[in-house]
Amino acid sequence: MDLNYTKEEQAFRDEVRSFVRDNLPKDIADKVLHHKRLAKDDWVRWQKILYKQGWVAPNWPKEYGGCAWTPIQQHIFDEECGYAGAPRVMPFGLVMVAPVIQHFGSQWQKEYYLPRILSSEDWWAQGYSEPGSGSDLASLKTKAVRQGDHYIVDGQKTWTTLGQYADMIFCLVRTDSTVKKQEGISFLLIDMKSPGITVRPIITLDEEHEVNEVFFDNVKVPVQNLVGEEGKGWTYAKFLLGHERTGIARVGESKRELEQLKDIASKQLRNGKPLIEDPRFRDRVTAVEVELMALEITLLRVLSARSKPGPEVSILKIKGTDIQQALTELTMEAMGPYALPFRPEARDGNWHGEPVGPEYAAPAAAVYFNYRKTSIYGGSNEIQRNIISQMVLGL
Amino acid sequence: MDFIFSEEQQQLRDSLQKYISKEYGFEARKAIIASKQGFSDKVWAQFADMGLLGVAFDEAHGGFGGSSVDTMLVMTELGRGIVVEPYFSTVVLGGSLIDLAGSEAQKQALLSEVAQGKLLLAAALGEPNSRYELNCVETTAKRDGAGYVLNGHKAVVLHGESADKLVVSARTAGGAREAKGISLFLVERKAAGVTVLGYRTIDGMRAAEIKFANVKVGADAVLGEIDAALPVLERAADFAVSALCAEAVGAMEALNATTFEYLKTRQQFGRPIGSFQALQHRAVDMMIHNEQSRSLALLASVKVQSEDPNERKRVVSAAKIQIGRSGRLIGQEAIQMHGGMGVSNELAAGHYAKRLAMINATLGDVEHHSERFASAA
Repeated sequence: MDLNYTKEEQAFRDEVRSFVRDNLPKDIADKVLHHKRLAKDDWVRWQKILYKQGWVAPNWPKEYGGCAWTPIQQHIFDEECGYAGAPRVMPFGLVMVAPVIQHFGSQWQKEYYLPRILSSEDWWAQGYSEPGSGSDLASLKTKAVRQGDHYIVDGQKTWTTLGQYADMIFCLVRTDSTVKKQEGISFLLIDMKSPGITVRPIITLDEEHEVNEVFFDNVKVPVQNLVGEEGKGWTYAKFLLGHERTGIARVGESKRELEQLKDIASKQLRNGKPLIEDPRFRDRVTAVEVELMALEITLLRVLSARSKPGPEVSILKIKGTDIQQALTELTMEAMGPYALPFRPEARDGNWHGEPVGPEYAAPAAAVYFNYRKTSIYGGSNEIQRNIISQMVLGL
Repeated sequence: MDFIFSEEQQQLRDSLQKYISKEYGFEARKAIIASKQGFSDKVWAQFADMGLLGVAFDEAHGGFGGSSVDTMLVMTELGRGIVVEPYFSTVVLGGSLIDLAGSEAQKQALLSEVAQGKLLLAAALGEPNSRYELNCVETTAKRDGAGYVLNGHKAVVLHGESADKLVVSARTAGGAREAKGISLFLVERKAAGVTVLGYRTIDGMRAAEIKFANVKVGADAVLGEIDAALPVLERAADFAVSALCAEAVGAMEALNATTFEYLKTRQQFGRPIGSFQALQHRAVDMMIHNEQSRSLALLASVKVQSEDPNERKRVVSAAKIQIGRSGRLIGQEAIQMHGGMGVSNELAAGHYAKRLAMINATLGDVEHHSERFASAA
């Protein structure tokens, strides 16, 4: 047993760290570190920088422009980027749909879409959830009917993250309602500029526009945009789930948030002393820090295993989001009464008004409410527990 | 980075696991606990034969030159079997105090005897007022010619009554809580002036209150440097805590396994109770607690050797915090999920829960280590 990174891994970490330090635009890092609002261009700019370096799609096979990194290298990269305040690489194109196209897509789909995903020319969105299909995703109703060279799509998707920016959306649609619900689902790539698509914002508790409803009304989708075979969409969706997982623990970001929390709690006072020295508050911070230390090792254990990560990845989702939420909770509570003032304008990168209370207080409560999403999205934590219960414990 | 144990380590683990599952079943353990001394000489001799008693000592001292990871492996298996033999007090805590503080001559003489199963040790560190603070020492050792005279009361000394020799912390200078002025002494348990009140512990082991009334020891009884024992005590305690964490992981694993098995077999309303989601999700949390505990126990077993005392303290305390919380949750949930059977002394489940709770109360609980963790930042 050896819990040290190898010399090569250390060198790789140094390389990533200095690259991020030298190339992550300061204005973008400032926004991330201070929980300011990111614009579409902030994500795209960072992704293009990574693209130029050849690091934007490390999970892809080498022949498509991937890095062939080990899982540990991937973790080091995620951790360094997260810690430094780089925006998350948008997963919908690079991490989610691309592996599906690589494995099941047609030659045309590979040649047309993959380079555009790699260069961030197209912004992708995920069309899975529907108003009546959340955790029970396979019950989805959006239907696609074949008419000559096209499918006609009718229905509604929801919780579409940053769909307002999307050029493309990959959708699970029902092409056959006469068979078992999982078997009648197909996987379509749909151009968001198609006539009949309407995007309506859903405003979340922080009054931000991060998610959307997407309506499909008689939308014509060329048959060449069907991935793989009709009726196999559920298989592809499950394949995709196995591909979006390594970063799910968000260890780097949580380390950064923990450090910020400690910094804030050393500036805020209780009984005339720094809040962090108050045993009641300090013990709550310690509890999260200990869980995070444990999660990092749990993650490394999963990554170091010879076999591909299986259902134990659900542990990373549950624990990772528990920790993220606990950190936002403590950060909000650290503000005391300054958690109350709600000034969304202060989260604009160009806002130079007079802050109310300490500058770092402005986003705290909004971020706390925003992060309630983490235990709901990507398979709610209850679904993750079902998965472990069935696949690991055999209950 | 790899989490794979060497072939030798796997063999050690497998043979111990086999031995315990064969020879140390619930009924055998019950009989051992009910015996006069509370542990089995036969089992102890077997442990010596298997090489467990000197696993972490230097070869020069009669050991096998293993590492803290080997100790962790052994302790995990002992935890899985809720073994009550004095491995922790003699080999882990007593052994490491001698290993860290002793002279070459002391190590050669004593550690090889421990390794052969001929010498039992107990560490008499705590006192009625000390709680978990190793620096809180009111027992005194006053210079007397070439030797010392000891007076005081040591509390909850694990396996104190069966030990041949006691490793005693006593104050040679300074006030009751001062860091400087603490020294270590080797005292024969049968020495004149030593009185031992032995008793059972709730988790099936033994402990003792030990009083020292004008106990005379020679200069050769001094272990390590006079007045400067605290750093050594802390290191040995950290090593012992990392071993307790490993033991707890084994106990959690066994307790989870027996609980999940019960969920699959116990029928109510015409179906196994494990088919109810109200229990499934809690079972998953028990499993996650076990994995998070394992992660930090592994880290502690490595970092306990760190040359940087702050890193060592932080990681060891983090592990003890995790184990304290997780052990409580798993113990409580296991009892609850076993229903009425969970509170019966006839079932192993409750005995695991007892051991896990007492591990939390040994060498620092969650609160103690939370404070220590913050101060080591």
